[in-house]
Amino acid sequence: MRDFIIRRLIYAIPTLIGISIITFAIARLAPGDPIRLFTFGIRDFTEADYQQLLHRYGLDKPMPLQYIDWITNAVRGNFGESLIYHRESFTMLLERVPNTLVLAGAALLLQLIIGVPLGVVAAFKRGTWVDGAIRVFGVAGHAVPPFWLGLILIIVFAVQLRWLPSLGMLTVGHDQWDILDRLKHLILPAFVLALTGIANYSRILRTETLDVLAQDFVRTAYAKGLRERTVVFTHALRNALIPVVTALGGVLAGLVSGALVIEQVFSWPGVGQFTFQAAIAKDYPIVQAGVMFTSTLLVISYLLRDLTYAVVDPRIKAG
Amino acid sequence: MATSAAAARIVPAPVLVRPSRSLWDNALWKLRRDKLTIAAFCILIVLAALSLAAPLFSQYVFHYKFEQQDLLHTYEKPTFANPAYLLGSDEIGRSQVVRLLYGGQISLLVGFVAAFVNLTVGVSLGLAAGYFRGPLDDAVTWIITTLNGIPQLYLLLIVAALWTPGPLTLIVIIGLLNWTGISLFVRGQTFALREREFVTAARTIGARDRRIMFRHILPNVLPLIFVLAAIDVGAIILLESALSFLGLGILPPTPTWGNLLTNAVSYFVRAWWLVVPPGAMIFLTVLCLYLIGDGLRDALDPRLKTH
Repeated sequence: MRDFIIRRLIYAIPTLIGISIITFAIARLAPGDPIRLFTFGIRDFTEADYQQLLHRYGLDKPMPLQYIDWITNAVRGNFGESLIYHRESFTMLLERVPNTLVLAGAALLLQLIIGVPLGVVAAFKRGTWVDGAIRVFGVAGHAVPPFWLGLILIIVFAVQLRWLPSLGMLTVGHDQWDILDRLKHLILPAFVLALTGIANYSRILRTETLDVLAQDFVRTAYAKGLRERTVVFTHALRNALIPVVTALGGVLAGLVSGALVIEQVFSWPGVGQFTFQAAIAKDYPIVQAGVMFTSTLLVISYLLRDLTYAVVDPRIKAG
Repeated sequence: MATSAAAARIVPAPVLVRPSRSLWDNALWKLRRDKLTIAAFCILIVLAALSLAAPLFSQYVFHYKFEQQDLLHTYEKPTFANPAYLLGSDEIGRSQVVRLLYGGQISLLVGFVAAFVNLTVGVSLGLAAGYFRGPLDDAVTWIITTLNGIPQLYLLLIVAALWTPGPLTLIVIIGLLNWTGISLFVRGQTFALREREFVTAARTIGARDRRIMFRHILPNVLPLIFVLAAIDVGAIILLESALSFLGLGILPPTPTWGNLLTNAVSYFVRAWWLVVPPGAMIFLTVLCLYLIGDGLRDALDPRLKTH
């Protein structure tokens, strides 16, 4: 097991290096000189000032050296000063991280507590209208544009019915620890973010449960006179749940990526919204910090998924 | 005499042979009975035809150009009285129904062409990596894990924010970034297939690598590639709509289903008809593509158990 963990950790290093190269290159190779952009229209701005700024941000060195400078700082969590806010960009990003984690965590929870039972129920009610409805939902849930669903839900629940707030994390002026108010703000974005995963899990669990139910050990369990409930929970479900772990990688990637759009729709002050605004404003340090941070998060979660998988299914370690 | 007559009567025993059917014949046979997939396919054709015929509709039916404005008729409610306002008008009096028709052109074009680029890159790299293994496989796997390590929208976001895209740029960007899933699948299949007896047999009679890859391995992977392709087109249409919604895809005045929703946040309280139809079109198109993908999988994968 220890060898397996060490090997996977070593595999993650070239991936992270590749990600850092892409992150660095895209921002640097893009047309449009950030210095020119941010000094545009300033009077008395001489060529000497330009050179000085170029030097200050280290933009006058050759590209590979710039990359090495950048990566050695980035490893220490220093992505440079934001071009707009003039504050350390990684620190600013970290202030938004808890918000995104709350949103993604709530969505993941919803996916598991709604998606998994849906799939299992569909498998046990196979061929009935319940199964049909869940299968339709499994396809439709993938096909809905999440940002549009968000808009529709805001129209229905926030504008028409006035049950839930439409924007932000907390009603302005409310106490910071008003949990109920926070939950109300969380429901819509978390549900929209969770939808694809719910559909995904319901499909996977249905197929998997059907596969397991058709296997010999389940028939044996029935044959030796075990109660239905014992067979379902201790024999069938335990095996059907393995793909929940396998699918986790794709689900987490979807959550991190999807959060960007959802945060924009619901004005949720998270990492995605922050990075997006910075990209529009061509504030490279923040964009780079945002991309590196979320990517590292993703690589770590892939790693955790593989490790969990190895624990759940010991056959994996051999491979 | 009697024995030879008896023998003559015995000889032509009726041989019960079903006419042979190829995988594709079989799939077609199954598809013809799959009403849902056929319905999805028909709807998709209709949607594509409507989008392609958008200029005709705009000229002869609605008498309204997609960029035509009318500041006296902003936020017009949907009405049958004036065909141009069949689905209402937007904040500067443009006809929603005409823009919706034109919007489909870009969304479908980007979806299908970018998916084609994905397939070309994904299949060739996956096939090569799986077949040759070694350093080539390591390199391809490295590229794939790297691209998969960056959340898709973040990657597209920075690329699109820095290079303002038109339809062609968007096709290239999505086409070159979204092929990893297809590639991983083809690589895995090739890994397994190259160890099979028919490949060894081909090699013993002197077939070269290229022939084995394209004549023996690819045809075995091909059926499921069609499934992945249908799903990929749907996923790309969703992706393009999200990017355009964020203002980073195709920019107005060229309408796409995604960018019709960009400004929706500022007026959706008063004009639901500007919010519901574009998203519904995306939803319908993607749903059809996913259903076709599912139907193709059922028809083409002989190993799939019928649940």
